[in-house]
Amino acid sequence: MAQDIKSKFRWPQFNWRGAIAIVGFFAAWHFFVKLGVPGFKEIAAPFDVLQTFLTRYVNNQEYWSSWVSSFKRVLYGFLIAQVLGIPLGLMLGTREVFHNLAYPVIEILRPIPPLAWVPISILFWPTTEMSIIFICFIGAFFIIVINVHDAVRSIKNEHIWLAQSLGASSGQIFRRIMIPSVIPSIAVGMTLGIAVTWNVVIAAEMISGGNGLGRLTWEGYVSHTVTVVIIGMISIGLAGYLSTIVVDYLEKKMMPWRVVR
Amino acid sequence: MEIEPGDFVAIVGPSGCGKSTLMNIIAGFDNVTEGQVLLDGQPLATATTPPKPGSDRVVVFQNGALFPWKTVLENVMYGPVIQNMMTPSQAEERAMDLLAKCGGLNKVAASYPPQLSSGMQRRVEIVRALINEPKILLLDEPFRAMDTVSKTVMHQHLLEMYRVCRKTIVFITHDLEEAIYLADRVVVMTSRPGTIKSIINVKLPRPRTPNMMLSAEYLALKAQAIAGVHEEAKKAFERGEREHA
Repeated sequence: MAQDIKSKFRWPQFNWRGAIAIVGFFAAWHFFVKLGVPGFKEIAAPFDVLQTFLTRYVNNQEYWSSWVSSFKRVLYGFLIAQVLGIPLGLMLGTREVFHNLAYPVIEILRPIPPLAWVPISILFWPTTEMSIIFICFIGAFFIIVINVHDAVRSIKNEHIWLAQSLGASSGQIFRRIMIPSVIPSIAVGMTLGIAVTWNVVIAAEMISGGNGLGRLTWEGYVSHTVTVVIIGMISIGLAGYLSTIVVDYLEKKMMPWRVVR
Repeated sequence: MEIEPGDFVAIVGPSGCGKSTLMNIIAGFDNVTEGQVLLDGQPLATATTPPKPGSDRVVVFQNGALFPWKTVLENVMYGPVIQNMMTPSQAEERAMDLLAKCGGLNKVAASYPPQLSSGMQRRVEIVRALINEPKILLLDEPFRAMDTVSKTVMHQHLLEMYRVCRKTIVFITHDLEEAIYLADRVVVMTSRPGTIKSIINVKLPRPRTPNMMLSAEYLALKAQAIAGVHEEAKKAFERGEREHA
């Protein structure tokens, strides 16, 4: 109902279909390995992975510090992208001269995949850490710029006219009309950006990083320990999922008017 | 053409005749190329002075322009607060008062616009305009996208609001019946170039009720207006055919 705007927090209903699917996935994996289905001969069974995880990784300081390093890289790259990308998108959308000047350059740089920046990044930045963060930044940066830029261009004229009629100054129009109008697109840019940042950080760590979840997975492969590869993969999946939850939460806080429908 | 304070004037004409342009000029969103618009004898817009929107002329747009990120109450409070006419608490009080007067909208004050029906949204928009005490209320086909039943309900709401506040209203529409039913005067515009074809004075008594749409007087006015509009619509249509041929 429209009246109960400030509805109380409700736990999401338990998704039993989803739970069945997860159990089914692990069961299928288990039987494929046990039956020796082609392609699964080298793959570790779920119980072996679990056992390795419990015996060698749960209390392993190094394992948890690879979580921390990957998270740090994603967080820094992502945040710097938002802090620089949102104002740039707003400028591109509002300043005609700046748009004509800068937009072509952005359009040329944008299609370059983040991983193509790896060599230049390693040469340019003094430390590996900085170059990985830079590549993560690239992954999220252009997405947010383009999303904000498009959003500014599609702000309803009526909203601006109306604010003018009601006596708003251009500063007030910027703060009270433009900023809230682009927030939904900032949210979309953040959702897409965080996903790309995770993709990028894993690949960058495999290429150059001394640690991190990507490195863990790669080392498992190099040393032929499939259980480690799978532990790495599942960790990456969980880490990405956690980040998505955090971003979703932030988006809801940013747009209270979108929460209740 | 002259509009007296407190008049309810409807402007009808075929699509593309410049109804909305006229509105944008009065509101100050569009440049004037020729002629001028005066408000209380002061020029609002001429060919040489750039347009300037003001809170003395507030528009309700055809597609709706409530701010979706603000609640109903915040939308209504926006104008007076931003102009420093009222403190937020004064504005809130006034807004709740007006919302209550206009059909019990105070009950949805905490809702966000997308949660409301389009009819409610439109009424909130009218309230948001009224709180600024405009000299003129400009309504640009506000009920265009509504079904006939909701439209009839909205007409009663609008007439009630008009009875309460007695603002000058300029109501743009392509719906003749609506124009005659609501307005004191109906201005029929010609197709491009848009000029005034005729002005029909509607002497139906107020308060108006839906039954009046069946009265002989109403029907006579409607016949008169239909003749004028139909002629123009046909011209516009034929021109359109030629242009696309």
